Amino acid sequence: MTVTELKDTLSLTSVTLPEGDREVEGVYIGDLLSWVMGRAQADNVWLTIMSNLNIVAVATLADVSCIILCEGVTLEESVRSTAEAKGVNILAAEAPAYETAKRLAELGL
Amino acid sequence: MDEAVRFHFVVDGEDFTSAGQASVQVKKNLRRLGIPPEVIRKISIAMYEGEINMVIHADGGEAEVLVYEDRIVMILTDRGPGIADVEKAMQEGYSTAPDNVRSLGFGAGMGLPNMKRYTDDMKIESVVGEGTTITMTVLLA
Repeated sequence: MTVTELKDTLSLTSVTLPEGDREVEGVYIGDLLSWVMGRAQADNVWLTIMSNLNIVAVATLADVSCIILCEGVTLEESVRSTAEAKGVNILAAEAPAYETAKRLAELGL
Repeated sequence: MDEAVRFHFVVDGEDFTSAGQASVQVKKNLRRLGIPPEVIRKISIAMYEGEINMVIHADGGEAEVLVYEDRIVMILTDRGPGIADVEKAMQEGYSTAPDNVRSLGFGAGMGLPNMKRYTDDMKIESVVGEGTTITMTVLLA
């Protein structure tokens, strides 16, 4: 499944989608950025409530397929535009991480 | 010693949000050299943790990346306060980072352990009051 297909299937909001045809594989949930870098796998969907600029670097370096911002968290425009420029896919969900994760599990992720 | 491709970076200690510029550049350079993606991922994460540490604790520093035929070596040097107890600093969860850093999602005490986790060899040379040099090696099998 691609990031764009994931967005459409779960009716998530697209914040940035510069590489929507990237394949997703597995899920990691976490807000402590070093934990994410230590534990997330390449191509994971990363669920978080963090919204500062460092999430863009972490997503790039950990090579996750997309970030899902949970609980209706929004980004400052400068963070959004940096993510777009760096090719980082970011989706947003109103639901908390657990609810979003359950829906991802139903998709077999 | 065999010939190395060398990259040098100055890590700005002023701006926490811009930390990662050197790591992202290293990632790009290594990709251009045809290094395998999984190796690049390990190196760029280890490098980013090192960068973050230099910004948090040492007001910046310098990073040197040497690409040899069989290995990649990263040397991070700062003139910060030094690490008083290296063994303790290597424990997961131990951190001396200030609260403002924690609110950004860092300072969980995972930086040095991650650097060790993602490299094949890591050496810390630190003198309190003078600074720290960390040398990390990733083998290209």
